[in-house]
Amino acid sequence: MTSRTLKAFLLGAVAALSLSAGAALAQDKTKVAFVYVGPIGDHGWSYRHDEGRLAIEKAFPGKVETTYVESVPEGADAERVIQQLAAKGNNLIFTTSFGYMEPTLKVAARNPKVFFEHATGFKRAANVATYAARFHEGRTVIGLIAGKMTKTGVVGYIASIPIPEVVSGINAFTLALKSVRPDAQVKVIYVNSWYDPGKEAAAAKALLDQGADILTQHTDSPAPIQVAEERGVYAFGQASDMSKFGPKAHLTSIIDNWDAYYIARTKAVMDKTWKSGDVWEGFDTGMVALAPYNAVLPKDVVELAETARKDIIAGKRHSFTGPIVDKDGKERVAAGKTATNPEILSMDWYVQGVSGDLPKK
Amino acid sequence: MPPKAGVILAKRGFRLRLEARTETPRWLIYATPLLALALTVLSGAGLFALLGVDPLRALYGFFIEPISDLYGWTELGVKAIPLALIALGLSLGFRANVWNIGAEGQLTIGAICAGGVALALWNSGGWWSLPLMALAGLCGGIAYAAIPALLRTQFNANEILTSLMLTYVAQLFLSYLVTGPLRDPDGFNFPQSRPFDADALMPPVLEGFRLHWGLLAVAVAAVAAQAVLTRSLLGYRLTVTGLAPAAARFAGFSAPGIIWTCLLIGGGCAGLAGMLEVAGPIGQLMPTVSPGYGFTAIIVAFLGRLNPLGICVAALVLALSYIGSEAAQVTLKLSASVGTVFQGLLLFFVLACDLLLLYRIRRE
Repeated sequence: MTSRTLKAFLLGAVAALSLSAGAALAQDKTKVAFVYVGPIGDHGWSYRHDEGRLAIEKAFPGKVETTYVESVPEGADAERVIQQLAAKGNNLIFTTSFGYMEPTLKVAARNPKVFFEHATGFKRAANVATYAARFHEGRTVIGLIAGKMTKTGVVGYIASIPIPEVVSGINAFTLALKSVRPDAQVKVIYVNSWYDPGKEAAAAKALLDQGADILTQHTDSPAPIQVAEERGVYAFGQASDMSKFGPKAHLTSIIDNWDAYYIARTKAVMDKTWKSGDVWEGFDTGMVALAPYNAVLPKDVVELAETARKDIIAGKRHSFTGPIVDKDGKERVAAGKTATNPEILSMDWYVQGVSGDLPKK
Repeated sequence: MPPKAGVILAKRGFRLRLEARTETPRWLIYATPLLALALTVLSGAGLFALLGVDPLRALYGFFIEPISDLYGWTELGVKAIPLALIALGLSLGFRANVWNIGAEGQLTIGAICAGGVALALWNSGGWWSLPLMALAGLCGGIAYAAIPALLRTQFNANEILTSLMLTYVAQLFLSYLVTGPLRDPDGFNFPQSRPFDADALMPPVLEGFRLHWGLLAVAVAAVAAQAVLTRSLLGYRLTVTGLAPAAARFAGFSAPGIIWTCLLIGGGCAGLAGMLEVAGPIGQLMPTVSPGYGFTAIIVAFLGRLNPLGICVAALVLALSYIGSEAAQVTLKLSASVGTVFQGLLLFFVLACDLLLLYRIRRE
């Protein structure tokens, strides 16, 4: 331990002692901290991670103490926040956005006794694990629903940043959409932010003006749902059940459910069995789920969606089953094969039916 | 009784009125920011009490605890360096009524140019990497600020609008670069460049801390700004142009010359700040390289009364409000919005207390 981490550790220990009611109590409690990219009130990504934090508190009453820091920019500030949380005696720190990757690794190297969990990243260390969810499974199901419900055959997709997770989501959605409505197309607008209600709403309006009659989003605010409700069209929510923001518009949402994973990892720290690793779960474990279907969905559409969901769990259906040809006509997945995990995790091409181009090298 | 002009408070027979001052006492210029700070702390305490947190404990957690150790002070510096550097550059223009609102964009272009150099020299750099990056950042910022300068002097386009709008262009350009040409080839298509190599990273002032030698750039900029303002003809021209544009015209000062000078200096400082951010605490190009330093620096410039020393102090105050807000979330479990409210209160009181410079309060 360097003199600096020692000092930080001692300061943290002193602060922890002076803050809590009793010293013995502070020692018993496992301290778990969270860093969020958006406000906890975004009703999307950060909100669902915070629900996971609350689930930890509920699962271990009196045995854990949780802390969070919200709206932390991905950049120079993240490292200080993570370091502060480590210095304040937290045992387990969840950093919940891909932009926290390098800062998490830097702080982890300086604090070898603290465990870190980085969401959606790909770099690990002895005390840094990564975790993510197979959101594209959810996109496949809502793609099928969209294909059945669209009249114009044009779907608007409000996207955040063209990382593989977002691109594979667009592709999974489009493939499913075109499987039930071959002439359909997906129009994508990137807002270059995870959470920006103003831009998301503006993108939603622009897509509707371009002829889209269903909206879906890979951004975190309920603004697009509200626009859909105003304009009387259908939409899919993101990360949490967003039905209250548009009871008529909201068909379903892809729900992120971190509760079980967070509880398990906290338990591992308590039992001293925590190990670094990489987790990528979907419908099978419930890390990805769907909000209740809107009553307007016809019975056959619900049946189609549910069958697809169950088939994915059973391994009978895969979001990326060949033959898949990209926009330029190049074959990406051969007939009868499915895309491998590394292929999905580094996806940087669009399937046919997506309008617009990805930034190229 | 009909209300009298200037009556601001009438209660239980107690009346106060504002009376224009003929002269502002010198001590008051320095006293009002302190008064504003005191009022902010006081209303902050009230805010904490309303939130159910012990006000003294909260104020301690917000303002003292974050800087109670060496790490805290060095982090305060990390946050204050870009704010001070940009504000120093902008303050010259603000004195002459040249409103460069686009420092955030100039910072971004500076970061792009410096980062481009770092990536071009990846694993083949040397001691000269950093100076070259600094030069690239400086030139990038200057070149980008030259656009609003040209538009203003040639086409009389308002620089507030053009510089602000160019900010978004710069940010989108950076976003394009990190998702495309400058993307890390080993990075699974995540929109980030490679991490810079050791030659392209600012050496820390103290081993193990993030505070870097950008500190020196701030010191040089502050001394230079002070010298320009008090000892040079340029400083005199800026002040005259700001206070009395007509007089400046009669004196034969070139208006386009002033506009060019102010915008280029502001752009250069912002570009250099961008280089320091990517070569310092960030260490790579990312879609966002600044949490709004270019905009916050405008507040810093005015809080510091456009005075170089004042700006350095103001940069520390604003930096503390950010760090304090993070610390308050960690130790007090207060919402991030509390920090924003605090900054708002501070600005409100600074502007409100400025009233005392022009008016005195009299009892009737």
